[in-house]
Amino acid sequence: MPDARPRFHVPTAPFRPGETPDFSNLELQKAGEAKRPDPLVPGVKTAELATGLVGVLDHNHQAVGEWDPGLKPDLLREGLSHMVLTRIYDERMLKLQRQGKMSFYMKSTGEEAVAVAAAMALKKTDMVFPSYRQQGILFARGRNIVDMMCHCISNSRDNLKGRQLPVHYTWAEGKFFTISGNLGTQFPQAVGYALACAYKGEDEVAASWIGDGTTAEGDFHSALTLASTYRAPVILNVVNNQWAISTYQAIAKGDSPSFAAKGLGYGLASLRVDGNDFLAVYAATQWARERARKGGGATLIELFTYRSAAHSTSDDPTKYRPKGEEAAWPLGDPILRLKQYLIGQGEWDEERHAKLEEEMTQLVVKAYKEAESYGTLHEGPLAPTQTIFEDVYEQQDWRLRRQRQELGV
Amino acid sequence: MAAMNMIQALNSAMDILLQKNSDIVIFGEDAGYFGGVFNATDGLQKKYGADRVFDTPINEAAIAAMAIGMAAKGLKPIAEIQFADYIFPAFDQIVSEMSRIRYRSAGQFTSGCVVRSPWGGGIRGGQTHSMSPEAFFTHIPGVKVCVPSNPYDAKGMLIAAAEGTDPVIFFEPKRIYNGPFDGVPDAPLKSWAKHPKGEVPEGHYTVPLGKAEVTREGEACTVVTYGTLVHVAEHAAENSGIDAEIIDLKTLAPYDIETIAQSVNKTGRVVVAHEAPRTSGFGAELAAQIQEECFYALEAPVLRLTGWDTPYPHAHEWAYFPIQSRFIRAMETVVKAV
Repeated sequence: MPDARPRFHVPTAPFRPGETPDFSNLELQKAGEAKRPDPLVPGVKTAELATGLVGVLDHNHQAVGEWDPGLKPDLLREGLSHMVLTRIYDERMLKLQRQGKMSFYMKSTGEEAVAVAAAMALKKTDMVFPSYRQQGILFARGRNIVDMMCHCISNSRDNLKGRQLPVHYTWAEGKFFTISGNLGTQFPQAVGYALACAYKGEDEVAASWIGDGTTAEGDFHSALTLASTYRAPVILNVVNNQWAISTYQAIAKGDSPSFAAKGLGYGLASLRVDGNDFLAVYAATQWARERARKGGGATLIELFTYRSAAHSTSDDPTKYRPKGEEAAWPLGDPILRLKQYLIGQGEWDEERHAKLEEEMTQLVVKAYKEAESYGTLHEGPLAPTQTIFEDVYEQQDWRLRRQRQELGV
Repeated sequence: MAAMNMIQALNSAMDILLQKNSDIVIFGEDAGYFGGVFNATDGLQKKYGADRVFDTPINEAAIAAMAIGMAAKGLKPIAEIQFADYIFPAFDQIVSEMSRIRYRSAGQFTSGCVVRSPWGGGIRGGQTHSMSPEAFFTHIPGVKVCVPSNPYDAKGMLIAAAEGTDPVIFFEPKRIYNGPFDGVPDAPLKSWAKHPKGEVPEGHYTVPLGKAEVTREGEACTVVTYGTLVHVAEHAAENSGIDAEIIDLKTLAPYDIETIAQSVNKTGRVVVAHEAPRTSGFGAELAAQIQEECFYALEAPVLRLTGWDTPYPHAHEWAYFPIQSRFIRAMETVVKAV
């Protein structure tokens, strides 16, 4: 019953430290139940999809329903491999941060499918505007791991010349837009980029990712408004991992039935998708891409997932949520689920999986050794100091020239 | 050459840019079909189509973000913010994104675009149609900031801004869109037709950014200013008989220190003037740099003639605005100081 008078309602997390997480009351549409409409369906007719849950892999690790993208085993094994590499890379980088090898790190544990499956469903020519937790895109697009590490340890081979915090990757060649610390800013930028693609008549779309917390930023509204007004060929992803640092998603979502549902008011096609289901993420992205390419406009996709790791190396989640909450999460682990599916199909086995993990571990260890040979943040060598004055403008004006001289570099 | 007011000159610049380069797109609130609330984009949508000149939702952050995204794909957007007073919702996109994309990506991405915006007071605009927010932007590494003072420069600088690869904040003094202003409150409007800078080539030309111009030579003192106040300063010099040298800065970031220093080293006395409030205004940067650069040539303290440290008032506009009589007093003060 609503109160008989207005009250100041502050949503809270369902479970706090010391409590036992129990998600049995979480009502989510079962895998296979969601209908797959034609990609050119009017946005307003996607209400059921925006409040339901697009899922393909069921509890028995079977692919079910209309959204099954019917992917070949080779492609699925490739996806599995990118996700495993992402997780091992994250683990390794966390350890290295703890050893003082870099100033900062952010893992994407539990959210690997969100990045990898989407990246694989896009074309490599599509521009991505990620936030700081979609490193899986880089692996899916074949970014050199040594280069990624060189950026994170800000050494002489950092392609950003030591100007950005770790994990703020930029890779123009791989159509990976420059990551910013300012949340949400890339969401409307992606729409602008997509419109430029449409203007130029090129077969490209843009995709962007923000978190559940960032939907509260004005730029979320800006992006949805622009995308709707100009029918931009863009895919706007909201990774709902339940947590914005210490803040539970309800603080951003309010009484909206889902984050995807927010897209309906803008007339956008809006889907809520099981973010731990590689097949579902792939299928939804593929659907949204087809919609964009055929002139149907933008899609808002909420990827329903769980941030298993700490927000960053500067965060301790045990201060605001129970230990083991990630294990209680009902949608499981994206890597395990795809692995089980492939095993069930006779396309994978434990032995091969263990071998894959071992190979990836070796790859990461070897890459770090090489990365370190180009220097580290603390011991150098770094990019030459005078480079701090470069790239502010195309040309250095007198102010920057003088300041460089003042610094004596 | 043709007689043009500033609006016509800006319109001509955009017309030429659109014609010359298919990557140019122009957008803003009411900028499309209607041609802009000041008519700056009049007729351009009809001539070039709605995908090149178009209306936007009322959302300045979205306008700036769209420009950034389009620029990343290689377009050259010219975005309009209806009044400089309303640029603040776009401030995050400009400060945190547009200005830094080249830097933070080590040159892999650029965000070359122009953000045009009507600027300044003197039109009974009250608090939110009169602001001069340039100092917020000159403090951002990575953007250029321009304030032209006449039709000839407005056109040449806008073309130069759009043809460069750096983001440019292009403030247009709306008080002088239709004619120069001599700084006498409520004086009848003058016409650009009688001003030498109202003669504008019809074709393509550029006026380089970063270069100031001495618009009046003099020996008694230097006035460093920009926008509407260039004209006020010139009239103050003529009417007071003080032989002031007037510098029209035109570009504030990066500003032309050489032209300033040359003049101050000659006159030894300086007034820096702007409409914006004094504290941390762009005049503070100019005064500090002049002091460093020309300390031994200075014969009087650098005087700042500015708007007051108040929001821009409506009824008392002329008590706020640096009008001609205040210019004369300021020039007299620095000339007489010993």
